Amino acid sequence: MSTETAPATTESVETEHDHHPPHLQHHFVSSEQQFDSAKLGMWLFLITEILLFSALFVAYAVYRNWNPMAFAEASSTLDWVLGSVNTIVLLTSSLTVALSIHFIQKNDKQKTVISLLSTLVLAGGFLVIKYFEYMAKFEHGIYPGEAFAPTGSGYEYLAAIPYVPQFFSIYFVMTGIHGVHVVIGMGLIGWMAWRAHRGDFSDEWYTPVELTGLYWHIVDIIWIFLFPLLYLV
Amino acid sequence: MEAAAHAASQTDAEPRTYLNHETSLWEWLTTKDHKKIGIMYLISLAVVFLVAGLLAMAVRLELMSPDFSIMSASQYNQTFTMHGIMMVFLFIVPSIPAILGNFVLPLQIGAKDVAFPRLNLASWYVYIAGGALTVTALLVGELSTGWTFYTPYSSQQGTAVIFMTGAIFVSGFASIFTGLNFIVTIHKMRAPGMTWNRLPLFVWGLYATSIVQVLATPVVGITMLLLILEQTLQIGIFDPALGGDPILFQHFFWFYSHPAVYIMILPAFGILSELIATFSRQRIFGYRAIALSSVAIAMLGFLVWGHHMFVSGQSAISSIVFSLITYLIGIPSGIKIFNWIATMYKGSVWLQTPMLYALSFLFLFTIGGLTGIMVGVLGVDVHLHDTYFVVGHFHYVMMGGSVIALLGGMHYWWPKITGRMYNETLGKIAAGLVFVGFNVTFFTQLVLGSQGMPRRYYEYVDRFAELHMISTIGSFILASGLFLVLGYALHSLFYGKKAPQNPWAAATLEWTNVAAIPDPHNFTSTPLVTRGPYDFHKADEVFGGSGDGQARGDGAGSDASRLAPPEAAPSAPKEDASA
Ligand code: HEM
Ligand SMILES: [Cu+2]
Repeated sequence: MSTETAPATTESVETEHDHHPPHLQHHFVSSEQQFDSAKLGMWLFLITEILLFSALFVAYAVYRNWNPMAFAEASSTLDWVLGSVNTIVLLTSSLTVALSIHFIQKNDKQKTVISLLSTLVLAGGFLVIKYFEYMAKFEHGIYPGEAFAPTGSGYEYLAAIPYVPQFFSIYFVMTGIHGVHVVIGMGLIGWMAWRAHRGDFSDEWYTPVELTGLYWHIVDIIWIFLFPLLYLV
Repeated sequence: MEAAAHAASQTDAEPRTYLNHETSLWEWLTTKDHKKIGIMYLISLAVVFLVAGLLAMAVRLELMSPDFSIMSASQYNQTFTMHGIMMVFLFIVPSIPAILGNFVLPLQIGAKDVAFPRLNLASWYVYIAGGALTVTALLVGELSTGWTFYTPYSSQQGTAVIFMTGAIFVSGFASIFTGLNFIVTIHKMRAPGMTWNRLPLFVWGLYATSIVQVLATPVVGITMLLLILEQTLQIGIFDPALGGDPILFQHFFWFYSHPAVYIMILPAFGILSELIATFSRQRIFGYRAIALSSVAIAMLGFLVWGHHMFVSGQSAISSIVFSLITYLIGIPSGIKIFNWIATMYKGSVWLQTPMLYALSFLFLFTIGGLTGIMVGVLGVDVHLHDTYFVVGHFHYVMMGGSVIALLGGMHYWWPKITGRMYNETLGKIAAGLVFVGFNVTFFTQLVLGSQGMPRRYYEYVDRFAELHMISTIGSFILASGLFLVLGYALHSLFYGKKAPQNPWAAATLEWTNVAAIPDPHNFTSTPLVTRGPYDFHKADEVFGGSGDGQARGDGAGSDASRLAPPEAAPSAPKEDASA
């Protein structure tokens, strides 16, 4: 017989009747299968994120190549100190989110919640700093696109350089889309903290925390590329 | 669908099936069952296909003769634009994966569902949201950019473009969700014994498709977003007046849209392998070559987008390189065609309706692929670009390829989906009408294009009148065939003969191990797979036989030892085999 029915040979029977943890969805045979699937799914999603940003990086590269002067001048008005602080803030938050996974593996609920909450605070700090940076630009009429109209010392001279608005458009679009990802990440992390507090997770099952962590790392990594390209180079 | 469910539940002592289980509208709309989601997609896509098809008929009517007119020039622009956008982004790209992939994939690999059922449902809602945005775009203004949205024209158009590009951004997520779900499902949800070399080729086709969906779709998403920002804020990325580069838009657009044509055709290849193997009663020739050529096409497909831009002003060197890589695509495509033909050779070809579509596909896709190579030749394309020749080419591959395969697949899996048989005679007549109508419509367009008829033109000179008239007549034959399909499909839902479990005597799991109408959880117990998907000679539960391998279907043996093709009413599988 070829594709015969095999009632006794598969683990599914065992899992379904003897031991069925509450987190295991009915269409999976085992927790490992469910976990592996979720993780593979998340990795694929992260690939789509990278491709999404890659188009922006290509646009950056093309126009930087075409208008090197404009890019150099415009980029020099960005505050690299605030940028560096933000880089450190995000890197630290990646550490804390990694710690939360470490702690949940040790079944330490309290420390898990604390590390998630500190990630949340750091992410918030990142956005606050970003907010001040944006405001400092808006004050001087540095807007994306058509609204670009630099005023005040230190900015006025930009008006004379062609294609400077393009740099700022790219700057605002890239950091803006990154910022949206940070906000989404904060939502996820807050939700994880709440669920961890409620006791949803244990060393046996913490898939959502792990996936949120992966997502947060990619948000971090994208910033690691944005920062030098926009502020330093 | 409800009608079928209703009909099914009338007979008492009916076993539980996915159609008579949880039948309220609310339960349908919140279902996580991949089969029901497939049907929800089927209904939505059928509506889109109907609307976009009627738009095409309007275009053909307008072009019927130089002095006949049913609409103004600007209405004409809007009509072909909406036809193209709806057919490409809202119909063909999702079609085969979302309908048949959803329904069949878990059944073929022996899984209870896809890996992420909730994401699957979400994908349908996201798709519907994209549809809603499309309707909004129609309401708020005129859209006349063509389906390609080339800048700077598109970035200077009204709000309609914003909503339409928004719709494409949103429905792209539906595509990503489906692709992501399928990749994980294929990797992680296979039944015991379902090794990679035993995957049905439809699954391989879907796997390659999903890779393209996941890798290419985000790029069109961000492109559409940038176009929206260009419109609203004038960010100067695509608009040359602001220092932007319209060619960059074309690069981004085709970086998605060329791979997207493989999103359309790879699952069609998959269906074709199933049809050819089943209806030739023969183990597929070159299983690995077919499986891996799909993956090869998926990869190569990312390297040829520049062949759409030969006359757009990209550098000559890029054009030459893109042209050369484009030729390479012909190799894996050719490998497939030869393997299918070799499968039929000395097989016992059984000309049921799905097989008629498979044969149509072989014929039409070959023309489509060869004309593709022709426009891939740099020097030739300078003449043929933006003529009806290109229109003819892509209709041969998209309609003659994808849609014909979808039709074949729908007929093939119709009994499994609805539990009913369609009318075979009408099916054959419709397949004939579609084949003839299609060729009359589009072969003339190849000729028109080679004579210099430009695409997207509202008026044309008299010397093209005759061929345009023939093409319009052909489109009516084609449409009559398609409406005939719609008619007998609806009829069969209510009055069709009840389908047996395995009407085609196929050897893949969805036929051998799943009830006539599948159980809500697909399998009554997890299948254990011990043979390949087309090993008919080992599929004793399909053909009977003692299990000693005497019933040979591989075409290698003498006539006497070869399996006769099933007669008009194919032998139903033995009852006990399905248990
Ligand atoms: C052997 C494989 C193929 C080759 C070598 C090929 C080559 C080409 C080339 C060079 C063009 C550009 C012509 C021009 O604009 O002047 C083109 C256009 C096109 N092809 Fe193909 N193609 C192939 C298969 C396909 C398939 C399978 C599909 C879809 C299912 C497809 C869909 C299209 C579409 C939609 C266009 C027109 C885009 C537009 O300008 O609106 N092609 N093809
Ligand atoms: Cu192409």
